[in-house]
Amino acid sequence: MQKVGIVGVGWYGFRPNTREVSFREMMFEASTRAYADAGNINPRTDVDTFISCQEDFWEGIAIADEFAPDPLGGAMRPTMTVTGDGLQGILHGVMHILSGLSNVTVVESHAKPSDILTMKEIIDFAYDPIFGRIGAKNVHYLAGLDAVKYMKMRNARREDFAKVVVKNKRNGLKNPRASFASNLTENDVMNRDYVIYPLSDLDIAKFVDGAVVIVLASEEVARKFTDTPIWIEGIYSATDSTLELSSLGEAKYLKIASEKAYEMAKVNKKEIKAAFVDDTYSYKELQHVEALGLSDNAVADLREGEFEEGGKVAVNPLGGLLAEGRPLEVSGLSLLLDAIDYLKEGKAEKAVVASWRGVPTFTGAVAVVSR
Amino acid sequence: MRTNLYFRRVAVIGAGLTLFKRRLLETPQELAWEASKKALDEAGLELKDIDCVVIGSAPDAFDGVHMKGEYLSHGSGGIRKMSSRVFVGGATGVMVPITAWYHVASGLCEKVLAVAEEKMSPARPHPQSVFRYIWDPIIEKPLNPNLIWIFAMEMHRYMHVNKITKEEIALVSVKNKKNALDNPYAQAAANITVDDVLKSEVLVWPVQLLDTSPVSDGAAAMVITSEDVARRYTDTPVWIEGVGWTLDNTEWTGRELAYPRYLEHAALMAYKMAGIERPNKEIDVIEPYDPFDYKELHHIEGLKIAKRGEATKLLKEGVFDKDGDIPSSPSGGLLGVGNPIAAAGLMKTISIYWQLKGTAGRMQVKKPVRTGLAQAWGDLMQASTVIVMRN
Repeated sequence: MQKVGIVGVGWYGFRPNTREVSFREMMFEASTRAYADAGNINPRTDVDTFISCQEDFWEGIAIADEFAPDPLGGAMRPTMTVTGDGLQGILHGVMHILSGLSNVTVVESHAKPSDILTMKEIIDFAYDPIFGRIGAKNVHYLAGLDAVKYMKMRNARREDFAKVVVKNKRNGLKNPRASFASNLTENDVMNRDYVIYPLSDLDIAKFVDGAVVIVLASEEVARKFTDTPIWIEGIYSATDSTLELSSLGEAKYLKIASEKAYEMAKVNKKEIKAAFVDDTYSYKELQHVEALGLSDNAVADLREGEFEEGGKVAVNPLGGLLAEGRPLEVSGLSLLLDAIDYLKEGKAEKAVVASWRGVPTFTGAVAVVSR
Repeated sequence: MRTNLYFRRVAVIGAGLTLFKRRLLETPQELAWEASKKALDEAGLELKDIDCVVIGSAPDAFDGVHMKGEYLSHGSGGIRKMSSRVFVGGATGVMVPITAWYHVASGLCEKVLAVAEEKMSPARPHPQSVFRYIWDPIIEKPLNPNLIWIFAMEMHRYMHVNKITKEEIALVSVKNKKNALDNPYAQAAANITVDDVLKSEVLVWPVQLLDTSPVSDGAAAMVITSEDVARRYTDTPVWIEGVGWTLDNTEWTGRELAYPRYLEHAALMAYKMAGIERPNKEIDVIEPYDPFDYKELHHIEGLKIAKRGEATKLLKEGVFDKDGDIPSSPSGGLLGVGNPIAAAGLMKTISIYWQLKGTAGRMQVKKPVRTGLAQAWGDLMQASTVIVMRN
C-alpha cells in the first residue's frame, strides 16, 4: 500500500464530564486544534473530504450525520459519516486518498457519554431484537463470558488481569489524556468486588467524553505539510460475526484485520515494538495482543514482564483505555493518538494500533503506523 | 479532488432487490440477505468470493437497533471480512455504491458487496415519529417540528420563486406512479391523474398525500468489482465513472430552499470525474431522488439537467417521460416503487445499472442509453450524493 501521512491531530476532553461544551463545540475545539497542528490550514479550501464517526443512539439524534459538517468546516464539502470506530473512519479516509478522491482528508470522532442517562438500555439496543435481548441485568455479561473462556484457554488467573490494570494505570501517569491514571498494586485490584466475574470495576474502562480530529494527507502532499509526518503503512478492519456465531475467548476480528494490515505494510511482526490495543476490559488487552500475533501466550509473556517498555513489545505504554477511559467511538483514535505521541517521542519506529467496538460487537480495526 | 487518469476502473456486475412493501415480515437481516443473494446470483459470485461489505441504512431508530451496521453485517454477508456502514441520512442509498467504488478504486478490495436495507415498519406509532429526534436538541426540538412541515416550506418556496403551480408538480407523481406499473418490485404503482393528486388528503399544505412517497420496508444490493474481476464474470459490465457528494450546513432555516446548491456541488464533483461538461446533452437517463414530487424537479435543476425554474417546462414537453429525451425515474422512483430510505437510493442506482446493461425488462427506456445518473438526498435538506455510470 502507498503510505498515507498523518499531518495534524487535535483533541479535546478526555474527562468524565465536559459540561462546558456541547458535542458540537467539542468537535469544533478538536478540529481547530488539528488544523493549527497541520500548519493553520483552512478546511474550506485545503481539505478535500471529511469523515465523521458516530452512532445515532450514542448521540440521541436520529440522523446525527446532520451535525457533522459545521464544526469541522465541512459544510458545502464532501462530508460523510462512517458509523463505526474512529479507526474505521481512518480506514475510509485512507481509501479516499488512495482512490484519488482526495489529497487531504479529515477524520473526526466524538463521544459524550456524560449526556447518556440510560447507558445500559442503549447498549441493550445493540443486541439482536429477537435472539439477543435477553434482559440481562448486567451489561458486562458478555465480557464476563468471554473472559472466563479466555481464562480457561490460557490458564489465566485474576491476578494476571490485575497485572494489566496496574501496568496500564501506571503507564497512564505520563499521558495528559489519562483521567484514570493512578499508582495501584495488584492487591488493590484483587480486593475490589466483582462487577461481573472475573472483572472488578478497575478491570473495566470507564466512559469519558472526548473528541479527536486527525488530518490525513497523501504521501506526496504530506511532505509539503511537514518533514516529520506519521505514516499509516497498513490498515484494515474486520467483523467476526454476530453474537451467536462469533468465537468467544479469541479476538478473531483482530486476527483477520491484523494479517491484512501487516501484509499491506509489508511488516514483520517482530519489527513491532509498541502496541496500542483496546483494553476496554483488562483481559481484552491480552486477547488482542494474541490476535495481533505479537505473542503466542500473552498470559505467560505478561507474567514475564514482556509487555513493559524494554520487553518484547510495549503494550499500551501510555496507559490505554483503562487509564484514559473509553470515549465510545473515539476509542480507536484515542489509541492512535497515543501511538502518534509515542512515535514522536522517538521511542519506537513502528507501532500497531488495534481497536474494538465494544460489547456486543465483534468488529475491530488495525493500523500499522511508523515514523 | 485529484483528477488523474490513474483511477482504477470500477464496475457493477450484479444487483438485487427485495419487494418494497409497507410491512415485510422478514427481519432486517433476512431482507439484507435476500437482496444480497440475488445480487450475487446475478453476478455469478458466491459469498466466499466477496472480500468487503459496505452497508447503508438510515436512522438506527427505524429498525430499532443500535449499531445497525454491526447487526446487518451478518445478513449482508459481512462475516469474517471487512464490513462497514456509511450514513448520510436519506442520501445514504447512493453513498453505498460511492463507498463501494472507493473500496475498489483504492485497491484495498476487489469484490465488494454493497447492501442497503431499511425497515421502517417497526417504528411506533408511525415511522414519522422517528423524525421527531432529528432536530437540533436545543433550538429546534422544543418546536416539535415534523419532517413534512419543513418539506412543505421547501415546496412552497420552490413554487413561489419559480412560479410553478401544484398542477404542474403533480405531473411528476402521475409519471412516476405510472412508470412503476412496469416495475415488479413496486409498492405504490398506479394509474392516476393530476386531479387525483390534487384531491388527495392535504398533509401540510402544499403537500398532499399523492405528492409523497409511501413508508416502506425493503433492501437492495449490488456487487461492485475491479476491472479484472468484472471482465472475468461478464461481457457487459457497467462502469462507475463519476461520484460526488456534498453536505450543506445544518442550519436549514438560513438557507435558500428554492435551489439545492449542495446538489449542484455534488453533481459538479461527479461530472468533473466523469468528464461531463454538458449534463443535459451527455446524460441519457436519470434517477433523481423523488420522495416528494416537487423534489424530482428540484433535483433535476440542481443536477443542471434543466436550468433553474425550467424543469417543469421540460416535464410538460415530455422530456422526462420514459420515451422522452432524458427519461427520469423510469423505475417509478420513490413515488412509485416505495421509499425504504437507504434501500430506495440504492434501488435508483440499480435501476440505472439495469438500464445501462439493457436488462431492465419492461422498465427499459426507448432510447439507446450510454450514460446514466442516480442521485439521493437527505439529512436536514442538506445532503446529496450523485453517481454517474456508463456502459
